[in-house]
Amino acid sequence: MMLISAAMTLVVGHELQSAEPKEEKQRLRKEKKQHKKNKKDDRGPPEKEKEKEKASVPAPSKPATQSPAHKAAPVPVNASASESPVAAEKPAKSKAELRAERRARQDSERASKQGKKEGGQQSTSSKPKATPNELQPVVKRLPDHVQVDDPVALKKLAKKLERQQKSGQGCSLNITGVKVPLRSDYGYKVSLFSHLHQYSRKNPPTQQISIPVTVIHPSIVRLGLQYSQGIIAGSNARSVALLHAFKQVIQDYSTPPNEELSRDLVNKLSPYISFLSQCRPLSASMGNAIKYIKKEISNIPSQCKEEEAKRILQECIDSYINEKIILASEAISKYAIEKISDGDVILVYGCSSLVNHILCEAFEKQRKFRVIVVDSRPRLEGREALRRLVKKGIRCTYVLISALSYILPEVSKVFLGAHALLANGYVMSRVGTSQIALVAKAYNVPVLVCCETYKFCERVQTDSFVSNELDDPDDLIVTRNGKTHLENWQTVKSLGLLNLVYDVTPPDFVDLVITDLGMIPCTSVPVVLRVKNVDQ
Amino acid sequence: MEKDTTQKLVEYFRAQIREDPDVASAVAAIRSLLEFLKRDQSETILGLRENMTKAIQRLEETDSSVAVSSGGELFLRFISLTSLEHPDLSQCKNVMIERGELFLKKISLSRGKVGKLCHTFIKDGAKILTHSSSRVVLKVLENAAADNKRFTVYVTESQPDSAGKLMAQKLHNLNIPVTVVLDAAVGYIMEKVDLVIVGAEGVVESGGVINKIGTYQMAVCSKAHNKPFYVVAESFKFVRLYPLNQQDVPDRFKYKADILKTVKDLNQEHPMIDYTPPSLITLLFTDLGVLTPSAVSDELIKLYL
Repeated sequence: MMLISAAMTLVVGHELQSAEPKEEKQRLRKEKKQHKKNKKDDRGPPEKEKEKEKASVPAPSKPATQSPAHKAAPVPVNASASESPVAAEKPAKSKAELRAERRARQDSERASKQGKKEGGQQSTSSKPKATPNELQPVVKRLPDHVQVDDPVALKKLAKKLERQQKSGQGCSLNITGVKVPLRSDYGYKVSLFSHLHQYSRKNPPTQQISIPVTVIHPSIVRLGLQYSQGIIAGSNARSVALLHAFKQVIQDYSTPPNEELSRDLVNKLSPYISFLSQCRPLSASMGNAIKYIKKEISNIPSQCKEEEAKRILQECIDSYINEKIILASEAISKYAIEKISDGDVILVYGCSSLVNHILCEAFEKQRKFRVIVVDSRPRLEGREALRRLVKKGIRCTYVLISALSYILPEVSKVFLGAHALLANGYVMSRVGTSQIALVAKAYNVPVLVCCETYKFCERVQTDSFVSNELDDPDDLIVTRNGKTHLENWQTVKSLGLLNLVYDVTPPDFVDLVITDLGMIPCTSVPVVLRVKNVDQ
Repeated sequence: MEKDTTQKLVEYFRAQIREDPDVASAVAAIRSLLEFLKRDQSETILGLRENMTKAIQRLEETDSSVAVSSGGELFLRFISLTSLEHPDLSQCKNVMIERGELFLKKISLSRGKVGKLCHTFIKDGAKILTHSSSRVVLKVLENAAADNKRFTVYVTESQPDSAGKLMAQKLHNLNIPVTVVLDAAVGYIMEKVDLVIVGAEGVVESGGVINKIGTYQMAVCSKAHNKPFYVVAESFKFVRLYPLNQQDVPDRFKYKADILKTVKDLNQEHPMIDYTPPSLITLLFTDLGVLTPSAVSDELIKLYL
């Protein structure tokens, strides 16, 4: 599995690799590995780990956070679990020498650790690998899952997934069982976006998982499938579904002997999260929800009984959903309704659950307004919004985004939903939102963005390229009168289909952001983040 | 009984303004509210708060400026933003009165602070344009003149109440060379001036300001000519409004109090204030410091949340 993906990435990423001799070295090593694997196919994982080591040694220095994190995993997973970045910087030394060195160092340190255990000594003895990492300056790199065109990064990711399923199963190293599948990319990617994943809906990640599933909880598998097929869409819906699935996981969880719930459960959740991000990249709201859950789990006191702890966690999740999503939307509606006056013509884009809720509430409060719903291919989410609003009895008009400049002179306000609000005030939302904000600005129409505070994220982005999501390119193909023109688009070498999901809108185009804390200008997002961090 | 007390309150307020025409209307309002608090006879804290809210409303009806409304609300928040867990009501009241006195003392000094901050931005030989009559701008120019700086001032006439002429008189008394221009001549005079300084009746959440009608025009002109547009305002003028455009400013601020009560069709009336969006403002000088329009929201969150 790993070899196939490695080979594929070589093919895909070949022309992007700049250093030729580095490529050569890697390819030679891969061949050696394949050779060895064919010969020693029946051997156990310890051998496999040695080969992984060999392949990983020449790799560039890993992010410092990985090795200390894996130190937390059960002790028997030793030599291979942490790659020493110090060794990586000296490829001249032979691998056997390095391995022997490392093992000797570990043995001596373990011996000294046994001796000094009463002294309660910290860093140097217990984390030999961590100290060289800490001494080096922490280099912030793009997370691995973003660098799709880098074969080294992909290999790292594959290894990480394998490791996760192993550590999730406890101390045994002999299980060559189910892996968290690494989904392969589909189709030609436009070069500007080649660092992003592009999956096909026809190859769901669950195809590679055997039944019964041993590593991943079935509700998570179902959730992943629902995400990847687009059955659950919209950031609020995805977060709520995620939290409900986690509730089920916690319910079915039982602490293994000699383990603490607070630490083990967090480790159990990691392969699930990797699986879900393989199905569909995590949204900012999901990321914040996961951070919250992990914090709550690690705050469970160790003397707490399992039943009690589970009950506490279920309550935490329920209160999170209630406060941050349901009550927040009530508060936002209250503020937003003040901004809707009689005779308004309101423009909305796509289907935002929050904006729909606001308009329905305003209609119930007897405000007289009409709505123009703007929609765009290929998702055509506006139709769902239109359905909901018309059902309520609101007068609606439906246009495609190409007619935007035609209807904007009639519009008095624009209400937009958001997927996330970034720390520099940029609004990340469905693709097409920044276009609407731009044209509205040109016509001097006020643009109001409605967003709950749990969607605020610390990331900073100034363009839509660096971090985005690519949807299935086959969605762009349309069949009319029995004719599908783009049917064989893959055969045309110079043709690429780009199906972007998100874009970012600069704060100059947004007049007002309505959050559950009140109405703030777009530039005050870092203030809210600061206040929230102080609260926590 | 209640009408009597609110009547007394309004009279006290009017008396304050008569005695000291130089005092900001918000400061006078807060002084009257403090008097009202001292004389209040309610039995519970909730009753006290209700009476205070009603008193603020009554004052707003008398003088419909934004500053009175914002000053009143901030006063109420400030005095109740302390632990009122004492079992005895009179003790609580004393705590509130103490805080009220503290608040009053702080805001009486705010105009001086603003003046000190801003006058350094006026360079020697500068030509300044200002709008209508603002006591804060007067204080700033006074400080600059005391600093031995030479500058000339252009004031707009500011119809319909010709407040600009009053301002020109006051500046003349300070021996500052001043010229009165027509409201329509703002575009004409903009190329001659170096900077524009105006006061504010209210500073809104977005960082924009509400001020005498004609300010928005001046701001647009100064943006077109790339001249800095400065606003001077005390911090008690920060108000929890967020207008999106001119139409979004509530009617109770746009027109004078007596007109709101008597006239039926407000579309026939001239509004007294307009809203200047934050994109046209360079800097705001307040007693909290020199702020950019985007920092105003930060300060408001600190004040109100």
